[in-house]
Amino acid sequence: MLTRLSHDLTMAEAARGPGGSRVDLLVVADMVERGARVLDVGCGDGELLRLLETRGVDGRGIELSREGVNECVAKGLAVVQGDADTDLEDYPDDAFDFVILSQTLQATRRPRLVLEHMLRIGRHAIVSFPNFGHWRIRLQIFFGGHMPHTDNLPYAWYETPNIHFCSIKDFRQLCRVAGATMDEAVALNAWGRQMRLKMPWWFWNLFGEQAVFLLSRRS
Amino acid sequence: MSEASATLDLADRTREADHPHSLVVRFSPNNPLRLDAGVDFGPLQIGYQTYGSLNAKRSNAVLLCHALTGDQHAVNNHPVTGKPGWWETMVGPGKPIDTGRYFVICPNVVGGCMGSSGPASTNPATGMPWGLDFPVITVRDMVRAQAMLLDHLGIDSLFAVAGGSMGGMQVLQWAASYPERVFTALPIAAATRHSAQNIAFHEVGRQAVMADPDWRGGRYFAEGTNPRRGLAVARMGAHITYLSDAALHRKFGRRFQNRDNPTFSFDADFQVESYLRHQGITFVERFDANSYLYLTRAMDYFDLAGDYDGVVANGFRDTPTRFCVISFTSDWLFPTSESRAIVHALNAAGARVSFAEITTDKGHDAFLLDEPELFAIVRGFLEGAEKARDL
Repeated sequence: MLTRLSHDLTMAEAARGPGGSRVDLLVVADMVERGARVLDVGCGDGELLRLLETRGVDGRGIELSREGVNECVAKGLAVVQGDADTDLEDYPDDAFDFVILSQTLQATRRPRLVLEHMLRIGRHAIVSFPNFGHWRIRLQIFFGGHMPHTDNLPYAWYETPNIHFCSIKDFRQLCRVAGATMDEAVALNAWGRQMRLKMPWWFWNLFGEQAVFLLSRRS
Repeated sequence: MSEASATLDLADRTREADHPHSLVVRFSPNNPLRLDAGVDFGPLQIGYQTYGSLNAKRSNAVLLCHALTGDQHAVNNHPVTGKPGWWETMVGPGKPIDTGRYFVICPNVVGGCMGSSGPASTNPATGMPWGLDFPVITVRDMVRAQAMLLDHLGIDSLFAVAGGSMGGMQVLQWAASYPERVFTALPIAAATRHSAQNIAFHEVGRQAVMADPDWRGGRYFAEGTNPRRGLAVARMGAHITYLSDAALHRKFGRRFQNRDNPTFSFDADFQVESYLRHQGITFVERFDANSYLYLTRAMDYFDLAGDYDGVVANGFRDTPTRFCVISFTSDWLFPTSESRAIVHALNAAGARVSFAEITTDKGHDAFLLDEPELFAIVRGFLEGAEKARDL
């Protein structure tokens, strides 16, 4: 059964939280238990790993871009250069407590396989992604007749790394076929604020600009 | 090379091997080195250098493992050539491996020719250099000898072990053999085993040495000769593998050496030829031909998986060591795929590992050169580890 986070962020907080961290990363970090072993897939410049380290988490990262990896390693983070699509299969079962895919799902070639590996490698998986079902995106396609541009999705269609967009509704369906149980789900609105009210899924799918899911393997 | 060095008498030619211009420890014959070949070798001697000072907790020691043709003179002028140490780019006051903060130890490998027991060392039984009577050694033997040196220095645990190429092999062997003694490991441009192509290159080099009539079946000291030409050719061939097509083209292109037109002869018309000949000649001044055979052999034999039921990861199960694996895009001798194999094995073993591939056209030798990205990564990695070690 789905439970929603009780430790909501207040509406007054903007897209960056008190420590200067991105709110979506704070939401992800809040789902991770203290002292856990974590693999951050697509860790970028290591912002989430750093945040987790301040919370006593044993974090590792995979990052595709060479610049990102080298920046992370130079910061003392345990990050390897690798590709979510091809390198997750090298990790043994149950190697981590949490495997995180933050804002990267839509850029993978085989999202279902990636999610299945995450659930195999970790006890839990945390996935955050931009919701393609958001009303603004729907409006741009419906009235504008063009691929949407938003602050979160700034690329033109011909140069975007994002090849597998999905809505919250689509992602829930992926969870079903990939054998994932949804333990928590959080939607962030256009201002990066957590949508705190209990709402039906169609509401989240329409008004949530980003979503964060905590998943575990269906037993 | 100068004619003078060719005519040095035996005592001069083996001086660095027996009485190096560095620190040296001579173990008693009762404390032999157990070799993979199944013999106990003694008396063992290790030539080594240290830089910086050991802290009160004895927790800041860093071991540097040198590559095939390196030695213990990592951060001081070489006693034979007078040239700067081989890792002055990386090691020194304020450098990524900071001798102001760490106690840096660099031993000559066993089998080498600069002060650790090797084929150029004097066999006490005969009073002559060991030559081919020296037992065949492995990377694991080198590491075992280094562990004896650390015991002698009273250092239980190393803050870091770092090295490139054959040095990187030693780093991996250290982490596998003595995980509790290695806090961080930096295998750079390395591999868990020597590839068939690399064994093939080494074989060409060895054949070049052995084909030189002055090699005399390895007894060249006794016979007053020196297989300079063979060793120089071996070095020339090997040196190409340390560079890259792009680097050679950038440095030399097709430019002529001190001439405007080809001479229609087999002189060194091209700059690249002249450069390689120079590399060969200068190498022979400082290196022993038999040592070259032994050390290339040790690299060929290196295969970590072989020691662990064919699975490298078994060598690192539950390792407490933090790893920083580094490769270079243009390295075709120890390509990035080899470093990735190290990373896969470490991941499978659950090790804490960082891995970065550095963009450079300088080939395998990039680890010795001025590579700011390499320095930033090593510095960041070690600083992060320092906090964890509470140095």
